[in-house]
Amino acid sequence: MLDEIQKRLLEEVADLHGVPEGAYNIRANGQKAARNTTADIDITTKTDKSGIDIKIKPHTKNQSVHIPVVISESGLKEVVYNDFFVGEDSDVVIVAGCGIHNCGTQASQHDGVHRFFVGKNSKVKYVEKHYGEGDGTGERILNPTTEVYLEENSYMEMEMVQIKGVDSTKRLTTAKLDKGAKLIVRERLMTHGNQFAESTYNTELNGENSGADIVSRSVAKDNSQQIFYSKLEGNAACTGHTECDGIIMDNAKISAVPALDANNIDASLIHEAAIGKIAGEQLIKLMTLGLTEAEAEAQIVNGFLK
Amino acid sequence: MLELKNISYSAESEKGGEKEIIKELSLRVEDGKFLAITGPNGGGKSTTAKLIMGIEKPNSGSIIFDGKDITDMSITDRANLGIGFAFQQPVRFKGIRIIDLLRIAAKRNLTVSEACTYLSEVGLCAKDYIDREVNASLSGGEMKRIEIAGIAAKNSKLSVFDEPEAGIDLWSFSNLIKVFEKMHEDKSKTIIVISHQERILNIADEIAVLSDGKILHYGKRDDILPKIQGTSSAINPCRAITG
Repeated sequence: MLDEIQKRLLEEVADLHGVPEGAYNIRANGQKAARNTTADIDITTKTDKSGIDIKIKPHTKNQSVHIPVVISESGLKEVVYNDFFVGEDSDVVIVAGCGIHNCGTQASQHDGVHRFFVGKNSKVKYVEKHYGEGDGTGERILNPTTEVYLEENSYMEMEMVQIKGVDSTKRLTTAKLDKGAKLIVRERLMTHGNQFAESTYNTELNGENSGADIVSRSVAKDNSQQIFYSKLEGNAACTGHTECDGIIMDNAKISAVPALDANNIDASLIHEAAIGKIAGEQLIKLMTLGLTEAEAEAQIVNGFLK
Repeated sequence: MLELKNISYSAESEKGGEKEIIKELSLRVEDGKFLAITGPNGGGKSTTAKLIMGIEKPNSGSIIFDGKDITDMSITDRANLGIGFAFQQPVRFKGIRIIDLLRIAAKRNLTVSEACTYLSEVGLCAKDYIDREVNASLSGGEMKRIEIAGIAAKNSKLSVFDEPEAGIDLWSFSNLIKVFEKMHEDKSKTIIVISHQERILNIADEIAVLSDGKILHYGKRDDILPKIQGTSSAINPCRAITG
């Protein structure tokens, strides 16, 4: 059973107030806390290492899988491997996420390795939220690795959110796209205090008419630091767009390193990156509507990361 | 009532050194009036509007609003006291939707239908716009109309519009006139519009002509307009395009 802290973490990372409907696997402090499978979605524990296999049968439509992880034990470090096998012609929502509550002095760390094998013509929406809290001096560390394999004409939309409380994160996402496959990524990151976040995307557009749109919006406050790498590799007639939009505040630093490799004459790739502080005129505009400078700043940041 | 008393304002000039933009300017606007401020470019019109809102602070002189000295007040405090300001170049925001902006302006959780009314008044089909972000995807003309809808939603005692017609096409322009006429029906509200468009001057109660940081003419519309017609202070939009 989950305690109150774990329940609150669950709410933060998965918008869950209790056990979700459909298939789910809740992991708390390194142990399986709850699991439910359905006729179309099976979840089994890996035998060779820590983690689970999620198998979604072909033609599974309008179903969801929740696999949140909560950690409330200081000093717990774990590496978890989760593999998703999505059958052909499916349409599913997958919600993952990790919340750490650390009120101790030792670092708590969760490194999740997620692999997605998305079958032909399937559609997946993936939502991943990371959240940290707790008054302890122990660091809250999350290093997610995500591998995505998109088969012919499949579609995956990934919403990756890390807004609060994670001290250190190194995110690595790689994707390989077959013919006609599409990948949409919307990443939102906020760092504060002395936090550090690094996010890397390597996207290979291997099939004809494949397409990717990778957009990261981030806000760095206080003394925090962020690095964003995004590489698009166009190996066929394809379209790719990658964008990094960053707001820096206080003494924070953001680096954006977009890269394009066009290896085919019909590859069309675009990168955009813009980093800057909040524009003075934006603050003034909201102040003329009656907000204080601090309220205006919060409104701009919230909107930007929405 | 708004009163500017002996306002002077200087800013750093491009060539270095200080340039005096507003020189001992005094102006009184009674409640419920519609004042148009016109005059040649560089005469200090927009600066005067910014001084009223508190975006710029005068070097000397004082600004009195409803009997209160607001000279040292912040933009926020002036806004909450009942002053609104429409930007000449409306500001864009990534991630803030039109309905969010209207709600901030109204200071309450406007319903969708209330927000739609404000958009319809400026000629925007509400359902196409309400959830759109106030970002670079909107044209200059759309931004101007949203800016005016925001001022309507704020419903200030005094609303200052800095060149509301700039960047607006002719169709919008006639609608803009209607919007101002409608606002002016409420006699508890005071309107100041910075403009040199004759059609806007035509619906004002009073006109002030500002030149070289000073008031050149000030008085009732019918007295001032004949003096400035045909000059750059009263441009006819059709002539402006063909000429």
